[in-house]
Amino acid sequence: MTKAHDIGLRMVRNAAGEPGFEVMVGGGLGRTPMIGVTVREFLPEADLLPYVEAVLSVYNTLGRRDNKYKARIKITVHETGAAEITRMIEARFAELRPLFGGADQKLLAEIREAFAPPAFRNAPVDAYDAFYKADPTFRAWADTNLTVHRNAQYAIVTISLKAHGETPGDATSAQMRLIADLAEKYGHSDLRISHEQNVILPHVHKSDLPTLHAALLQAGLGTANVGLLSDIIACPGMDYCALATARSIPVAQELATHFEALKLEHEIGPLKIKISGCINACGHHHVGHIGILGLDRAGVENYQITLGGDGTETAVIGDKTGPGFAYTEIVPAIERILRAYLGLRLEPSETFLQAFRRVGMEPFKTALYESDSAQDAA
Amino acid sequence: MTVIVTDAGFSPATQREIVALADLTDQTAVDLANTDDPHELVGRLDQLTLIRVAFPAFNDGRAFTIARRLRELGYTGQLLALGPVIADQYAMLRRVGFDGAEIPDEIAARQPADQWQFRAADWKQHHYQARLRA
Ligand code: SF4
Repeated sequence: MTKAHDIGLRMVRNAAGEPGFEVMVGGGLGRTPMIGVTVREFLPEADLLPYVEAVLSVYNTLGRRDNKYKARIKITVHETGAAEITRMIEARFAELRPLFGGADQKLLAEIREAFAPPAFRNAPVDAYDAFYKADPTFRAWADTNLTVHRNAQYAIVTISLKAHGETPGDATSAQMRLIADLAEKYGHSDLRISHEQNVILPHVHKSDLPTLHAALLQAGLGTANVGLLSDIIACPGMDYCALATARSIPVAQELATHFEALKLEHEIGPLKIKISGCINACGHHHVGHIGILGLDRAGVENYQITLGGDGTETAVIGDKTGPGFAYTEIVPAIERILRAYLGLRLEPSETFLQAFRRVGMEPFKTALYESDSAQDAA
Repeated sequence: MTVIVTDAGFSPATQREIVALADLTDQTAVDLANTDDPHELVGRLDQLTLIRVAFPAFNDGRAFTIARRLRELGYTGQLLALGPVIADQYAMLRRVGFDGAEIPDEIAARQPADQWQFRAADWKQHHYQARLRA
């Protein structure tokens, strides 16, 4: 999502191996979605504060005040042009840099100490390996919900808050207490909330995973779907948000239960569906592989679909497929898209996004709007 | 009518000749719009003893950047924010280099001197930017 922010900072290393940032400016979603432009390929870590201050200083001078909707930095960058805004930022940075005498770096070192890695345990992981082989439920969960840790004995655990049919991202108070206890017991007391609206335990020893998984399963927190179709980001939409033009949560719930019943989500593989209940785009639908935007057409909910969006370092804003769909048509429409994908992918490892990039919009449009002929062809 | 707010409290605005940037010749006091480029005063900053920078509204922050630049350019005379800024902004005004503000009577009536003094008392204390810059 770095490229879709007012200021995006992506950690990189330069040729000499020194840490720094790629700086992007002028991204944003909402009614005018834009991907930020890179104003600096490599900014040394120590230059971060004066550089960001330079960006804000230029923005404060140029930013539009005449129209609230045009006040965002993305409009300033767009209207000024990437080359000119880069020149202005660099010029301002040259003025500001000498004012920083090193106090910021001292403070950074202090902060760093507070984030020292935990005391990792050195213990065998055979129990994990054996359990992984023996228990298919555990294996499915481990395959989707674990991420490689830099210590090979450890794993990064994502606890899915996307149980099929539940409100995406919700946890009960009892579940939250349990997660906190588990983090204390098995996760070096560390717990994070991801932007995907799941909970992450960043350091769990592999030998603890079977017990952890069993405890999660019992509390309805063992869903093995991280990164898959039902791991949906949905904004609150009409159910809770005063600005909404359509419902989001029930669409997410129906998509999850529908594809769970078809047993298709593991077959489909990595997929990001994101749903917003109005043009403000809190669900970041523009950068979903499949984005769904709920609008109000003369008092009736209407859902617009975008395809091919990407919120990673290869960020793109998704393309609109065409006319939107009524509430009762949106789940079948998504199914047509995904069946088209299953039919045209070169091999199971070709993800939806890769396939979309290879074949473009046409086959999906055909599947969406000429469903009869699409089925004949398939 | 206007009131001048500084760390010392309220005082009435004194009458003196203040010209717009375009009309500045050998006068000692100038008004800047928040669209003016402070660099146009380079070479003339020594002749000036008062610069006021306009805030057409409290939520238009351009004058903050202008004040900071004037100080960076070496201006040492009096520097006032001119317009309906609010007491909550006083510490930020001081931090970018303003000596105070010249506010309309209505604002002074709505936010009496004690509210400004409250902000004036410790404006340096939470000045995290200066702390990080040191
Ligand atoms: S996208 Fe619209 S409906 Fe959804 S949370 Fe944001 S403002 Fe509300």
